[in-house]
Parts: sequence; structure tokens; C-alpha cells
Amino acid sequence: MKKELVSGLPKLWAHHLAERLECPGCQYPIITRIIYDVIDELGIEGKTILINSSACGYGIVLTTMMDVMFPNHGQGIDVATGVKRLLPDCFVLSFGGDGDIAAIGAGAFVNAAQRAEKYTVIMVNNGHFAMTGGQMAPTTLMGQVTATSPEGRNPAMGYPARMAEMIATVQGTAYSARGAANNPANYLKTRKYVKSAFQKQMDNVGFGFVEFLSACPTGWHMTPQESIKWVEEKMIPALPLGEFKNVETLE
Amino acid sequence: MGVTMGERLFVIGNEALGWGALNAGCEAYIGYPITPQNETTEWFAQEFPRRGRVFVQSQSEVGSINILFGAAATGARAMTSTSGPGWGLMQEGMSHLVNGELPAVISLVQRGGPGAGTTRHGQMDYLSATRGGGQGGYKNIVLTPASVQESHDFVQLAFYLADKYRNPVIVMTDGLLGQMAEPLELRTLDFGSLPQKDWAVRGRANQPDGIRRAVSAMQGLMPTPPHPPYTGFLDLLKVLDEKYRKMEESEVRYETYLIEDAELIIVAYGYTARVAKEAIKWVRREGFKVGMIRPLSVWPFPYQIIREKASYGCRFLVVEDSLGQLVEDVRIGVQGRTDVHLVGALARHDPSDGGMVLPDSVLDEIYRLMK
Repeated sequence: MKKELVSGLPKLWAHHLAERLECPGCQYPIITRIIYDVIDELGIEGKTILINSSACGYGIVLTTMMDVMFPNHGQGIDVATGVKRLLPDCFVLSFGGDGDIAAIGAGAFVNAAQRAEKYTVIMVNNGHFAMTGGQMAPTTLMGQVTATSPEGRNPAMGYPARMAEMIATVQGTAYSARGAANNPANYLKTRKYVKSAFQKQMDNVGFGFVEFLSACPTGWHMTPQESIKWVEEKMIPALPLGEFKNVETLE
Repeated sequence: MGVTMGERLFVIGNEALGWGALNAGCEAYIGYPITPQNETTEWFAQEFPRRGRVFVQSQSEVGSINILFGAAATGARAMTSTSGPGWGLMQEGMSHLVNGELPAVISLVQRGGPGAGTTRHGQMDYLSATRGGGQGGYKNIVLTPASVQESHDFVQLAFYLADKYRNPVIVMTDGLLGQMAEPLELRTLDFGSLPQKDWAVRGRANQPDGIRRAVSAMQGLMPTPPHPPYTGFLDLLKVLDEKYRKMEESEVRYETYLIEDAELIIVAYGYTARVAKEAIKWVRREGFKVGMIRPLSVWPFPYQIIREKASYGCRFLVVEDSLGQLVEDVRIGVQGRTDVHLVGALARHDPSDGGMVLPDSVLDEIYRLMK
């Protein structure tokens, strides 16, 4: 079996720029390193514009020497449209959270896919609004306790959004997948999904999307180990991993 | 349409906005349908893609203003247009353009309000345009054309001023100017040189110095070393304050009409300025000493000339198609030295949404004040 490096810092991780700012056990740095690794592997660092509109994800704009943008919460997708339309030869990645993309930015998300915008969106799904203190999000699981679903989410509050499945139904979408990093196997699969999504943009096929299930021990009031267990036992059964769309052409 | 410089066209104001953008070197337009400015969006759909320029029909005005944010961040000249409720939706994005110090042009074709109001003309977005309608208290230049030619010319000026200050600029017309056809001379206006946009994102390999760029709508909140340089909230506020002061010092624009001997000065912009001018011509023949100050920028506002005239005892009459918004600025200029009167939307000639403030109502008020 081929061995791959899964520890140590990626080349693009400019550690001297800032200390890591995430809480202990947070998985944002894991998807960040996957992104850095794939950008490095594809050799697109110099033409990448990385847009982060997720509050907990600001580490990604602080720890890289690539061109970055930090628009307001929920607006990273529209901003990416503006950048990519003007700079079609650049590689544009819009990085957001689940509140960012499944709630306030959902209209932008669906319409960017419908317009077949040629860039990539990565959504980090930790099942709630983490930065603002742990309120319910569209992605919150049934029964999950948050600051605004104190008795647990019940059907009166609706049901968890399945963003990867939903966007796969849109014709303008070229790629949609959901990954996690609860174990090395899933980590490597997620890395493959991210690479496939990036390749779709480089081949100018259509809209690309990867959802990443991310443990949030602080927001969930768990230990890091408990939070990984929650991802395995609660999130993955409700939000199955895998590719939902992977096409070479939109026609 | 293949067009050469100096050519004269017969077009409506909403189309003139597009011609102005084209002649300003605008590379991208983003828009969402809303009446009474649809001809602008349709003009760009027709004229931009065929010239290799970008046209995006967004999913909402929230989308338009944020796509504009992205387009402007690349250093390209970019524009959106809207009216009424769409303008309401853009307010948050306006504030972010100011925070991110991004140059962009927004044409605002005013209609009646509040709410959906009417789909026809009005001058009811004056305060939200001049007072920073979004969060956090910001300033932006607002230019107010009163003709098809000025609609074209002021869009070019707006792009220049946006680049000069790295701040959004509004070209504010109204449904009547937007729908009205007049001759337009196509011309490229030269306002002088501008600094390079060395702050724009374009991919680090494309940066001349090889150093990354960071464009952020969270300046003052999130540190993003080594660009931009603001490390704290107050640093950002100081830079914005200096910028606003410079605009107030250098960018006040107005036109005067027969104010030298005037005892009564009308203040009006846009379509009501043309209405007021008709009334002034009429009463001048009868010997009434009436003149007009027409602001070409309503922020920054020409307070100085109004203050000066008020100190000589000139009285003021504001003519605007609203319940009274411009009149607040005139009162600030006058500082209680003389009286300020208003002919507003309630003086429209017809109770339907087609009603206009016509010269008759202005004449009546002039006679009432001067006879």
C-alpha cells in the first residue's frame, strides 16, 4: 500500500504569519491543510484567489501567502462570482461554513450553481453557528442541542439541510461530494474529493462543491475524542459521505 | 451597435448610463431586474458580452452588490444599477465596499416609496444615498445628473472619483430621467491620472512584487498581514475619516442659475431642477428675482454657497419629489438665518403614480412667497 504523508505542515502553510486561532480539537485546520496540499500538488498557488467568508475559517486567510479575500459572512459565493468572471484564468476557491452557505448564502449558492459558475465552493459543516456561540443552523441534526434549540432540534424546527445532495441536482453543478476526517481513510477520500472538485474548475466544466463534516468540540461541549465519535455516530449516518455528482460536461 | 466617438444618439437616460460606463472603460456590469431602470440592465446585456466585457444577471440585489465587490477587488472598473427596493437590499454591501476600500459605481434610478412604493419616478432615496444607508455610518459621493447627457458624463466622473478615493460612488437619477429620451453626444472625458491599483487581487504570481494581496470587508476587525496595513479598528477609522474630509474639501459640485441678484433661491436636483428652471424663466419675465442652486453632488453637499447666500438674506425654496429630504441639507446650510420652504411630492399634479411636480406648483409657491 502506498504511504502518504498525513502529518506535518503543508508547504503553503505560512506558519510565521499567525498562530493557529482555532479551538483545540477543531477540524478547520484539517480541511485547510487538505486545501493547501491539493493546491500545492496541482501547482496553482500563484494563480489562486482564496475567499473565506466563514467566521471560524479565518485561519485560512491568515496562514497563507496566496492572494486572499475576506468578504462579509454569507457573501463569499457572490464575491467569488465577481472575481472569477473578471479573472477566468485564476483559480478561485470560496471557503465557508454551514451558516454561511446553507443559511444566509443559500440563495447565492443555488444560483451560482444554476449559472454554472466555474469555481469551487468548500463548505465546512459543523452543524451549528460556531463563532457566534453555538446556535442552530439549517444543518443541525434532529435532536441536536444548540443555544437556540435547547431541548434538541425537533420536527417543528424542520430537518437538516443536505447541501451536497441538493446541489448535485442542479444542472450547472459539475461536482458535488461530502467528506469527513474522522479517520485516515476518510481523510484521504476527502482529499481526493477536493482534488476532483479543483480539477473540474481547471477543466472549466462547471460549479464544484465539497462539504466537509467538521468536529467542533467547543461548540458541541465535548472533548475532542467525543466530538469525533459524534461525527461518526450522528453526522455520517444522517449525512452520508461520498460523491453525488461527477460529470465531464454539463450537457 | 457600432458607434464612433462624437456621434450623436437619441437615447433614454437609462441607456445613457450604459454608454457612459462603456466610455469610462467599465469592464463588468452586474444587475437584477427592477423597474424603472430595466433598460440599463438590458443595455448591458446587449452591448457588453459582444465586446468581450462581463455581464452577470444576479439572483438578487444582494447578489449584485457582492458580485460587484468581487469584480472591483480584481481592479476592474465595475458597476451595478438598481432602484427602490433593490437599493434597500444593497445597503449592507455598500457598507462593505467602503470598509474594503473598493472603487465601484452604482446607478440609482429613484422611484416612489416607501416599500414597493411605485414603479415610476420619485426622489425618495436621497437620505439613504447621502447618509450611508447601511450599517456603521459611512460616506460616499452621490452625483445627480439632470439630463441624458449628464447621465452619460457623470457615470464617467463617478468611475474616476471611485478610483481616486477607493470608495463607491452613486449616480442618482430618477425614473423620469431614466425613461426620457434626449440627444446624447458620445465622448470620453479625461479627469486626470490615477494611481495604479496595486492593492487588487490577481493571483500572487501576477503581483509585480510577488507579495500576496488581501482584500477584506473586515478591515479593522481581522488582521491580515502584510496587506492591508490597518492593525486596529481606530487605524481604519482614521483612514476613512481623512478620506471623507478630502472628498468634502475637493468634490463639492453645483451649478448656479441667476443667483447674483436673487432674493429667493430654489434648490433642486434631477428632474425637479429642470421643472424649477422652467418656473424661474417664467417669473423672471414678470420681474421676480428668483435663481437656482443645483447640486451636482448631493454628498458632499454645497453647504458653503447656501450659507453665503443665506447670510445675505436670500430666502430658500426646495423643490423635490419626496416628502422632504433634500430640504434637510438646505436647512443645515441656512442654519436658521432665513426661511426655507418646500414644494414636495404632495404638490404633484395628479394623485396617481404618474403624478409629477410640475412648474405650476413651483410658480404658485413663488407667488405665495414673493407677492
